[in-house]
Amino acid sequence: MEDIIALVVAKYNYWIYVILMMIGFYAMIGKKNLVKKLLGMNIFQTAIILMFVSAGVKKDGAIPILNKYEVMEHGIAAAQIVNPLPHVLMLTAIVVSVSITGVALAIILRIYREYGTLEEDEIMEKLGQ
Amino acid sequence: MTTSNLHMYVMAAPLICALFVNLLGRRSRSFIAPLALGSLFFSSLASFFVLANILENGPLSYTVGNWVPPYGIELIIDPLSALMLVLISVVALLATCAALPSVQREQAGKEHLFFTLYLILIAGLMGLVMTGDAFNLYVLLEITSITTYGLIAMGKGRAVLSSFSYIIMGSIGACFYLLGVGYIYILTGTLNMADIAIRLPQVQGQAAVATAFAFLIVGLLIKMAFFPLHGWLPNAYSDAPTGAGVMIAPLMTKVTVYLMIRVMFSIFSPHYEFFLHPGIQNLVVWAAAIGIVFASLQALAQRDLKRMLTYIIIAEVGYMVGGLWLANSQGMTGAILHIVNDAIMTLCLFLAAATIFYRIGSLHFDDLKGLYQRMPLTMVAFTIGAFSMIGVPPTAGFFSKWYLILGGIEAGHWEYVAALIFSSLINAILFFRLIEIAYFGDGDHGHEQALQPVAPAPWYMQGSLLVTAAALIIIGLGSGQLVQGVIKLALPAGF
Repeated sequence: MEDIIALVVAKYNYWIYVILMMIGFYAMIGKKNLVKKLLGMNIFQTAIILMFVSAGVKKDGAIPILNKYEVMEHGIAAAQIVNPLPHVLMLTAIVVSVSITGVALAIILRIYREYGTLEEDEIMEKLGQ
Repeated sequence: MTTSNLHMYVMAAPLICALFVNLLGRRSRSFIAPLALGSLFFSSLASFFVLANILENGPLSYTVGNWVPPYGIELIIDPLSALMLVLISVVALLATCAALPSVQREQAGKEHLFFTLYLILIAGLMGLVMTGDAFNLYVLLEITSITTYGLIAMGKGRAVLSSFSYIIMGSIGACFYLLGVGYIYILTGTLNMADIAIRLPQVQGQAAVATAFAFLIVGLLIKMAFFPLHGWLPNAYSDAPTGAGVMIAPLMTKVTVYLMIRVMFSIFSPHYEFFLHPGIQNLVVWAAAIGIVFASLQALAQRDLKRMLTYIIIAEVGYMVGGLWLANSQGMTGAILHIVNDAIMTLCLFLAAATIFYRIGSLHFDDLKGLYQRMPLTMVAFTIGAFSMIGVPPTAGFFSKWYLILGGIEAGHWEYVAALIFSSLINAILFFRLIEIAYFGDGDHGHEQALQPVAPAPWYMQGSLLVTAAALIIIGLGSGQLVQGVIKLALPAGF
């Protein structure tokens, strides 16, 4: 039991990512409201961002902004600097997620205009008639 | 213009023209057709040169912006990606000929927006087949997906709903792929495919590697609508505007199958998936076989030409994925050949459907009566496409199916062989039923009067359809050369 607790505490960031991902996944699959589905998608993407960013963290790491002349003289101590690459990747992923959210919101607006509701089962009922 | 940059021009032409289509097309419709057709014609021509160059001089690695790999994004043009470039640009060019008139009718006033998305989608697909960087692949995958969501949502009626459910499924697929890339990055510290392939075998923690592999493959399987993850495809493709359908249906699923080849052989190795995890391999082939049977039966239940074709696409995805995972050279050759053949026969059938829809305004089986008398040329091309889907010998579809069946027998996967033969029989029933309706059924005149021809299809719409049908026979006759000259070079080492 203590081993498990130690494991959870030591890697709590990954546990939070898994829990967030499951919440988002459930909302995307299980919820009937289209906006809630979209929110679930955003939570899912946030979970992935958390995973990437926390993978770059180092204990007592400094921010990765370096003095060029110092680096040329002493070299880089990679162990003391946070890995910036996952952050950069996630900037791109945020842009992607924002644009998907934008497209999805526009489509939700059109669905609302057409059917007057955003509940999936009510839309299906209207389609059935 | 040196030849070593030619592949960049192939991709840049539609991308740059997308901007101008938006800017100039806003003022006058007459700019759109020359820009779209011109850029795609240039891409097609240039991509043939790229293919010839690669076949002569071997694979090419291209560093974008002088950032040396593995730090910068690397483009890799090998025989397979050059072949895919040719396929994408030619299919897009032929599809555009049919998209122009049908968009003009269905989306009057919004044509510049439609073709902006359309050209960006094509540029994204071209980028996908060239990239050698796992994260870059994710970004391009999302570029193609977002443009597809937009294009599908431009359709009428239920299209917005279909587009939304595609967004949800597509995002899950892309997120899974991104998670897989994250695991791989944490394990190896690199994103360059060739670099990952070198470092992966030495990595500690095989459970994490297997998780990454599962995320990558499942993500792509969702994107390509592999059974049982196919739920979004029939609605999305049949509700899309006709002009979008003719391009998306032949290309999207095939390019995703190509991406799976990249993940399986460029990031991981055949050794990894076929020898370390034989259970997974069997599972995928079984799922493919069940998917083929299931999708064929679903196609049988449809009464609308376009919906029927979407279920056939799902069955064809099963053909290709199953063939790849048979783990022998016959199966892989068949799968890669089928990517080419299936793209062209799907294009042929969707072009025929678009032409019929343009002419009579409906695709329901009851409305197709007597079409052979009214549109003889279109129906001849449709028949050739149908024969290729069934797998009648001189057409292209026969040869790839032949390789796939041989591969299935060699691997001892009899369920896959049975599924292929069953699906061919179902296809024969499907298409001969249609041909019978269109040839003999001129039946009640009262009904026909309600469906007076809306307008004759323009010559270039029928022209591109006839070219596609001719291509099916030419590729069928030349498939020996295609396999020997290009596809054998694309198989992973040791096969």
